[in-house]
Parts: sequence; structure tokens; C-alpha cells
Amino acid sequence: MYYDIYLIAMYKRTIFAVAAVMVALMLICGCTGTTTDPTPAEKQQLRIATTTSLYDTKLLDHLTPIFEEKYNAEVLIVSAGTGKALEYGQRGDVDVMMVHDRAREDTFLADGYGTDRRVFAYNYFVLVGPESDPAGVKGMQPEAAFTAIRENGMAGNASVIFVSRGDASGTHSKEQAIWKAAGFNYSTEVKGSGDWYQEAGTGMGATLEMANEKEAYTLSDIGTYLAYKGDLDLVTLVDEGDILLNVYSAMQINPEKFPDTNSTVAKDWVNFLISEDIQKEIASFGVDQYGQPLFYAAQNDWEKIGVNEAEVKDPVA
Amino acid sequence: MYEIIEGFLEAFRLIITFDPDVIAIAARSIVISLTATIFATLIAVPLGAAINFGTFPGKKNLVNLIQTLYSLPTVIVGLLIFLLISRVGPFGFLRLLFTPTAMVIAQTVLILPIMTGLTISALSGVDPVIRDTLRSLGATRLQFLVNILKEARFAILAAVAVGFGRAISEVGAAILVGGNIAASSFASSTRVLTTAISLETSMGNISQSIALGIVLLIIALGVNLAITTVQHR
Repeated sequence: MYYDIYLIAMYKRTIFAVAAVMVALMLICGCTGTTTDPTPAEKQQLRIATTTSLYDTKLLDHLTPIFEEKYNAEVLIVSAGTGKALEYGQRGDVDVMMVHDRAREDTFLADGYGTDRRVFAYNYFVLVGPESDPAGVKGMQPEAAFTAIRENGMAGNASVIFVSRGDASGTHSKEQAIWKAAGFNYSTEVKGSGDWYQEAGTGMGATLEMANEKEAYTLSDIGTYLAYKGDLDLVTLVDEGDILLNVYSAMQINPEKFPDTNSTVAKDWVNFLISEDIQKEIASFGVDQYGQPLFYAAQNDWEKIGVNEAEVKDPVA
Repeated sequence: MYEIIEGFLEAFRLIITFDPDVIAIAARSIVISLTATIFATLIAVPLGAAINFGTFPGKKNLVNLIQTLYSLPTVIVGLLIFLLISRVGPFGFLRLLFTPTAMVIAQTVLILPIMTGLTISALSGVDPVIRDTLRSLGATRLQFLVNILKEARFAILAAVAVGFGRAISEVGAAILVGGNIAASSFASSTRVLTTAISLETSMGNISQSIALGIVLLIIALGVNLAITTVQHR
């Protein structure tokens, strides 16, 4: 008899446990947006993979509520660096990529993974480093400054360290382009050539923190640097040179390649970025806090930054 | 030093004032890890019982394998689940990547070995006299199992607590399959305590990190207290 009663109790408990799991499941399923949504009209979800600079500066935190309100959408942002963002796009894991590496974007578009690229902002890269400037690069052209840092590092000047993003991001690409322009083969003469060259393998903000700890030089976009400047002892050493131009663009993944992509809301986002109001928001973002803009609007400067007019003005159809 | 003290003061302020961000992140951590622990329990306990009471060739090796997987690296679980649920992966059509569900799956897989292994230990630790008595009294298979499980319930509870602790404290898988998203709705976000601490520290928001760290420790303490209370009842 004892066992029967016990078993019934066990069954009840099992049923309770199963019910609890089902409730938990329903809660979790709600998260994926596949089941009912508490809001009256179904909210569209937009998944964005972004370069870390747009996220670390909080520009996207500033823009997404405006978009969500206007389009009744929910924006999900994965901040990962241009290389990873393109990788996510290639795998079909996001709807929109926000990146800053023209060369790789061109390949990405040519391979048919992305479509409808629009340029929405630009700024400049800066070489930052310790105030003492042990390699003496202040005011140099970027190529000459890189050469001086490498020479000091190779000569064993232990106070000269360069921290690289080392994460296949847009900034890392730019850094490699500068090494190349300075006449070095990146993979044989720079990467792994000595203790002076260190790869962080992380986002822009974290890399700046690391360079700060090590009193090292690093290449940063001006936006992230300004946003972090308050916590850093690093100063701007090189900020002039055509090669330092930094152009941000957004594109959606090709709906022909991934048919169930949320293409409509992806287009809305790209068009939102190049709309006049948001261009103004981008240009004024951070001015009150940092005394200068972190990004410039691309719309009226397309000639200056070397892109065609359609890329900054024509809404995606 | 100043940074640490100031960080702690700000952290306490964030906790005492129930800072909505901190609360949301903590609540999300608990929901995700608790769900994973429930699933893992439902799998690990029957599985552990089957392995413990079953006789089959290679049993010893299987137990060894399970024990080796106790230290299964979280990023490897993250990578595996990422490859399976990414859109181009075999389960890509489910569109699970960067959702809390993906994190539940990853954490379930992560804690399954340790919970199964500890269940086996719990069951094999039951006094042999009880086993012999049950058999000699002619208990059916089910009656036998139920009673042994009842005897071992505290040890199994400890296994559950260990599983939950490992789930809520891991960061590698959470960031790979969750993406550390802070969305406007609670249910779409995948930012949990560990991934938030990682991000906030890299962004130089030390006080926020300390606050989240303290909350994580409080949760661990709470779970431990709850288990101890139950065991001493």
C-alpha cells in the first residue's frame, strides 16, 4: 500500500515538474518571437551585427529607440567588429551589417551575400599613445609614425609597444593598410616580429583600455577614443593623413540568399540611417558631451569621402 | 585603490536602489540558468540512474568519460551549439542563434555531464543495506528506483545546485550563442550577469561590473542557503 500512495505522490510531483517546465518553455519561446507577443501589433525584429565603434560610443543606443518607436520594431544588436559582423552576415544570422571596411564590403557584395550598401557616417582614425611618446611620432604622417614605432620596437626599446586590435575588424584592416603603405609586409615584418607588437583580439574600447594599461600606442577611430578619453591617459599623436579616413556603411544580407530574412525592416533601417533627420542626429551626437562630434554625416560629403552620390542619398527600394 | 572603493560604493547604490538594468540582467540570468538546470535535471537523473543500475559493457569507461566532461570548456560548448543553430547549420531553420533559448540549450549541454556524474555518485553512495532490504522485500523495479532516489535525494539536490552554479557563472557559451544583446524587451535580450560584467569592464564601467558581480555572488549564496536549509529540515 505504501508504495501505491508514494507512487501517486511521485506522479503528482512529476506532473507538476512537467507543468513547470512547460511554463518555462513558453516563457522562453516568447523570447524568440515565434509565439504570441504581448504588444497588440506584432513587433518586427531586426538583427544587426555592428562594428564595435558604433556600439561602444553609444551612438546605436541613441538611434535605436527612435527607430523602434517609428517602425514598431525591436532592434537586437550584436556588437562584434567588422570581420565577425560580415561572418554573421555570410552565415545568415543577422539582417543588417554595420561595418567600416570598404575593401571587404566590396568582396562581400560581389560574392552576393550583401546588397544595397549605403554610407551613413564617417570620421577619422587617430594614432593614440602615451604622452611621453617614446617613439617620438607626434605630428608625423601615419606611415612615418608607424615606421618609427616599428624601428624603435625592433631595436629593443622596451617602452615602445603597439597594441593591435588583432581581431580582423575594420580598424585592424586599416592598421594593416597603413603598415602596407609604410612599405612593410604585415604578416612577415609586423605581426609576430617582436614583443613590441601585441594583438589584443578584442573590441575598440577594450583595446584602448589595454593600450592605456600598457602605456602603448594603438590605432583607434576618433569616436571611440573620444568616448573613452575621460578614463584614459592616452593622447592623440597622429590625426592627419588621407589614409586615416574611416567610412561607415550599412547593408542588408541578400534576401535572395536567405529568403526568410526580415528584408522589409532591414531596408527601413538602412533608409532610416540615411534620412535627413538621422543624418543630423549622427552629426550632432556627442557634441554636448565631448565638445566635438564623434561622427560626421556622410550625406553632403560624399565627394570628400570618395563614394558615389547614390550611396549616401538614394533610399533602398 | 580609489577606483575599487568608489566602484563598491556605486555598486551598493545600484543594488540598494534596485537599479532596473541590474535587476533585469539578474532576473534574466536566473530564468535562463534555472530553465537549463530543470531540463538538465530531467535528463541527468534518469540517465544517471540508468547508468548506475544498468549492467553493460564499457560502463566504467562511460563513467570515466562523463567525469572527464565535468570540465567541458564552456567556449567549446558555445562553439558547438553555434555551429548547430547558425542559419547555415543543420538547425538553422529554427532561427535560434542570439536568443535566450540558444543560451538555455548551451547551458543544458554544458551541465549535463556533471549532473549525470554526480547523480551516479549519489545513487552509488546509497547504503547497500537499503538496496539489499528493498530487493529482499520483493520490491518491483520501479519501487526500487523510487526508494533509492528518495534515499539519495539530498545528494541529487546538491548535484542540481552544482549544475545551476556552473550554468549561471559561465560566460563563454553565453556570449557566443547569446550575443550579449541588450534589447528593449526583457525576453529578446541575451545580456546576463557574466556577459554584462565582461562588457562593462571592457568599457571601463567598473562600478556597474562590481554591482553585477555582487549580485552574482548573492544569487550563488542564496542557492546554497536554500539547499542547506532543505537538507537540514
